[in-house]
Amino acid sequence: MSVNLQSAPAAVRDSAPARREGPRRARGLSRVGALFVSPYVLFLVVVFAVPLVYTVWISFHRFYFTAPGTDVDSPWVGLSNYKDVFTDPVVGRAFLNIVIFLVINVPLTVGLSLVLATALNAKIRGRAFFRAAFYLPYVTASVALVAVWQFLFGSDGFVNHLLGSHAPDPSWLVNSHLAMPMIAVFVTWKQLGFFVMLYLASLQNVGKELYEASAMDGAGRVRQFFSVTVPGVRPATTLVVIYAIITGANLFSEPYLLTGGGGPDHSSTSPVLLMYQKGIEQGHPDFAAALGVVLVAFVMVVSLAARKLTERGN
Amino acid sequence: MSDTLETRHRGGSAVRHILLSLGAVAFLFPFYYMVVGSLRGTTVGDLSAAVPSGLTGANYTAVNGAISLGRSLLNSGIMTIGVLVCTLVFGVLAGYALAQLRFRGKGAVFAALLLVQMIPFQLLTLPLYVLVVRDYGLGDNYLGMILPFAINSTAVFLFRQFFSQLPQSLFEAARIDGASELRILWQIALPMARPAVLTALLLTFIGPWNEFLWPFLVTKNADMQPLAVSLASFLSNLQGTVANPAGALLAGACVLAVPAVALFLLFQRHFTSTDIDSGVKG
Repeated sequence: MSVNLQSAPAAVRDSAPARREGPRRARGLSRVGALFVSPYVLFLVVVFAVPLVYTVWISFHRFYFTAPGTDVDSPWVGLSNYKDVFTDPVVGRAFLNIVIFLVINVPLTVGLSLVLATALNAKIRGRAFFRAAFYLPYVTASVALVAVWQFLFGSDGFVNHLLGSHAPDPSWLVNSHLAMPMIAVFVTWKQLGFFVMLYLASLQNVGKELYEASAMDGAGRVRQFFSVTVPGVRPATTLVVIYAIITGANLFSEPYLLTGGGGPDHSSTSPVLLMYQKGIEQGHPDFAAALGVVLVAFVMVVSLAARKLTERGN
Repeated sequence: MSDTLETRHRGGSAVRHILLSLGAVAFLFPFYYMVVGSLRGTTVGDLSAAVPSGLTGANYTAVNGAISLGRSLLNSGIMTIGVLVCTLVFGVLAGYALAQLRFRGKGAVFAALLLVQMIPFQLLTLPLYVLVVRDYGLGDNYLGMILPFAINSTAVFLFRQFFSQLPQSLFEAARIDGASELRILWQIALPMARPAVLTALLLTFIGPWNEFLWPFLVTKNADMQPLAVSLASFLSNLQGTVANPAGALLAGACVLAVPAVALFLLFQRHFTSTDIDSGVKG
């Protein structure tokens, strides 16, 4: 549809008789609309639809990287790539790492951002300053922040100097038990400002009369927080959880850079990092494609489950 | 806000301030540490590193010698500006059409717009890599770097939301006078949408500027790498080439962070909660 319109000579459209354009406009349908939206549609096709279909295709074939121009067969291999994915212990570890990430990241994000947003949701001095401070890591590049964190949490870093003999050994980022939790904490810290703003917007929709009514009934501030604020912002919480899952599924720079390529014994390897290592470093794009398809399925299942959980009782 | 609530809030104001200040320290300290560390002659991780003393610009010179900051910044700039231009031109057209025009398939396009915001983009990087680098031959090419981010869907959504709020009657008169939709968009809708455009551009800016994985995949030539990629390669394998690696790394991190942070601080009021909310409401 959009391609047709794009290739139609401009002169033809412009010289179209006004009386034909008239009823079209009266009906409210315009070719111009489709024309305006066509570059965006083309973009969605090229960048989302085609790669999505292509991944699925690759995942069912034996696929090699070849020099441009050379023609190499990509024979159909059925579920063989999927079998490889499901029998690879590192894949299991990578998915477990995402679960560890979510178990730490989701409660921390929801708890901290809701508390900070509630504290910010009043006419207080320095409100603009606090908002800016919380938002700063969100607008800053991961690569820059990773550099600081490596320096803060390195074996000879600031935090270990602060802790003295209580410092963990091996140190934070090279410790197989701490590498993944460190990533979860780093990402929580980096993204928190975004979620504080999200909750802040959501708090505007919580009826003030609910607070007044509960105050009449003698509810304290803490009680109010749990029985008015928390249920009031539930739609935002659902969104936060879904975003956390998508972030977890997208993890790459943090395990790659913060924990030096996936931590000791793959303890912080993420599925996307594994896709990069298997697909591009080791030249098995078919394995990586099958892993990608499994990851999409994983994201969908976990998102649906999370949605059911957070919306329960609504 | 009622008087009783106002009083209650004042009562809790001390608690609020303590909470918020603790948060602010946790958020700002790494930034402070980054700047101070980048300016010290010898940067070690001990507690004294947090105290500014013996400040020097040597780390900036060192990291510039290792990864050529100017060239990397230029590459980051070209990639980011390319994305901004495409998002502005094609995104405004799409947003206007979705808000004010009726055409076949409009519902489907809008559904796709909402859906792609939920697709983890990194999952598509491998097939995109095969297509863009292997099939189209766009490795080490600005076009290849820009393509996956060319039109920011969140920005299209923001444009659509803004154009939907403008009253239809505003455009009717111009249509009756025979003005083309392009002219209506350019002369009537766009001037009014200036705040929305600014917000959308600011939100779009941080994506390509901070992006690491995609340019890391498509650029092998150091002369083509944006700063996030060259800094990452400094972080993982070039640190041995300079006298004070930690300081040089922090200096590079500062250079990468400053443009996004400066824009954010300058236009802070445009990063309002309602914009984010409407941008993610899905």
